[in-house]
Amino acid sequence: MKNKNLYNYILGIADNSLILGQRLGELTGHGPSLETDIACTNISLDLFGQVRSYYQYAAKIAGDDRTEDDIAMLRKEREYFNVLLVEQPNTNFAYTIVRQFLFDVYHYLFLTELQKSHDVTLVAIAKKSIKEVSYHKRFSTDWLKRLGDGTTESKQKTQQAVNDLWTYTEELFYTTQADNAMISEGIAVDVTKFKANYYQNVNAVLTEATLDIPESKFFQKGGKQGIHTEHLGYLLSDLQYMQRTYPNMEW
Amino acid sequence: MSEAQIKSLEKQFDDRIARDEKIEPKDWMPEKYRKTHIRQMSQHAHSEIVGMLPEGNWITRAPSLRRKVALLAKVQDEAGHGLYLYSATETLGISREEMYEQLHTGKAKYSSIFNYPTVTWADMGAIGWLVDGAAIINQVPLCNTSYGPYARAMIRVCKEESFHQRQGFEIMLKLANGTPEQKEMAQDALNRWWWPSLMMLGPTDDVSTHTEQSMKWKLKRKSNDDLRQQFIDQTVPQAELLGLTIPDKDLKWNESRQSYDFGEIDWDEFWQVVKGHGPMNKVRMKARVDAWEKGAWVRDAAMAHAEKKRNKKQKQAV
Ligand SMILES: [Fe+2]
Ligand SMILES: [Fe+2]
Ligand SMILES: [Fe+2]
Repeated sequence: MKNKNLYNYILGIADNSLILGQRLGELTGHGPSLETDIACTNISLDLFGQVRSYYQYAAKIAGDDRTEDDIAMLRKEREYFNVLLVEQPNTNFAYTIVRQFLFDVYHYLFLTELQKSHDVTLVAIAKKSIKEVSYHKRFSTDWLKRLGDGTTESKQKTQQAVNDLWTYTEELFYTTQADNAMISEGIAVDVTKFKANYYQNVNAVLTEATLDIPESKFFQKGGKQGIHTEHLGYLLSDLQYMQRTYPNMEW
Repeated sequence: MSEAQIKSLEKQFDDRIARDEKIEPKDWMPEKYRKTHIRQMSQHAHSEIVGMLPEGNWITRAPSLRRKVALLAKVQDEAGHGLYLYSATETLGISREEMYEQLHTGKAKYSSIFNYPTVTWADMGAIGWLVDGAAIINQVPLCNTSYGPYARAMIRVCKEESFHQRQGFEIMLKLANGTPEQKEMAQDALNRWWWPSLMMLGPTDDVSTHTEQSMKWKLKRKSNDDLRQQFIDQTVPQAELLGLTIPDKDLKWNESRQSYDFGEIDWDEFWQVVKGHGPMNKVRMKARVDAWEKGAWVRDAAMAHAEKKRNKKQKQAV
């Protein structure tokens, strides 16, 4: 492949949306209310829409006969580059919301920067996606405040989710070799530049939600190099089931 | 109110319906009209919500991204249908919580078709094609029903259901024109969903209750048997187009009736499922009850938060 770095860079972006979209898709029909059910499904839909644009572009760059579905469903576990945060399970609605919130704040800042890329296709995808993501961020922020500053039980559950998921936040700002190569070409976003801004945003909402900001300085990473938590394998066995069981067919 | 007064109100009410006027929430209505509508509309709303489960079962395993997006959107539409139908029913003076309570305790019913399992991807095609197809046949007449909120909800719902049906048919078409394994998957799904889809149109006319009253109120415009015949006549040519075989050896075109004759429906199976003993009744109900119970703390938090916000505003106003 001529442009392996760009290809990997695109996968790095899109895999986050793929895996988070898949997680949200597990919840459809099981939400705490009809309204939240519809909203979470909607976010999942938006994310999969973005995924398709990214993978279609990646398939074009690969220049062989691979399709968006091959990229989405026929890689091995070590070849997915999403951050660990998005693969974390839907332990309860607090985990779902906190995971969403911690990702949305990042995603919004990321897409804001991606609109300045030298790559016109990425700019177009970013421009379309940021409108959707600004809605996701509003949804997760509002719910974080409701859950944090709701009842004693909701506060306790939400604080637990914040404490457990916090360890996955720093990885959002880790840059891979493909990222660095693309940054130097003016195509990729240098995520390290908005790290301070990210934590400022996150901390402000946590404070408003009357939640404590975790003090732990121990963080997990690995997803961007394809070293995942044990959760991902199970998620992939669902995601890939049809493509693996019935290879080379059209649906 | 005297009996004579009530009689005259009822007469005016029936005349309005006969003139094709819509009844609106604030209008006077006979208690029986209210009760019957609450029963039918909430049952319809519950069917939309429980109906999300068999298809939701395949969201994480959809075979392509395009299909995944379409399936998510479809299941989301069903949630939307549930939402407008619950809201429309609330105009009759019952809360959504009360309706859920009735569903969870088994007092309210939902469409029995959703008590069958979705075991392969082809079931997503068969459900869209047959189940949404039968639902449309049931529901199109309701777009002209007498109760305004219900009629308006149905207009919106029916548009989306036709889209679902086309989408389901398209899934079947792709399978039917695919590899032998795919075609077999499609045929197997048709075999399993055909009879339950016919049952969806309700018991035969000779055992069906409250039809006359419902006809007068335009809650029903054709009998179950007529609807079933319409469904069969419409669907057989579609199966032929797919190159699939409808699992009924007695199915035959009847030249004099200009309709298809068809075989005996297993009504024992129908009543077994209606009474709660279908393959998935317990699983479906458990999923609904679990979602509701596990969501209690979330709903409580939202209420407590709204209350805190209100108090804060009031304090600021002082
Ligand atoms: Fe529906
Ligand atoms: Fe329906
Ligand atoms: Fe539908």
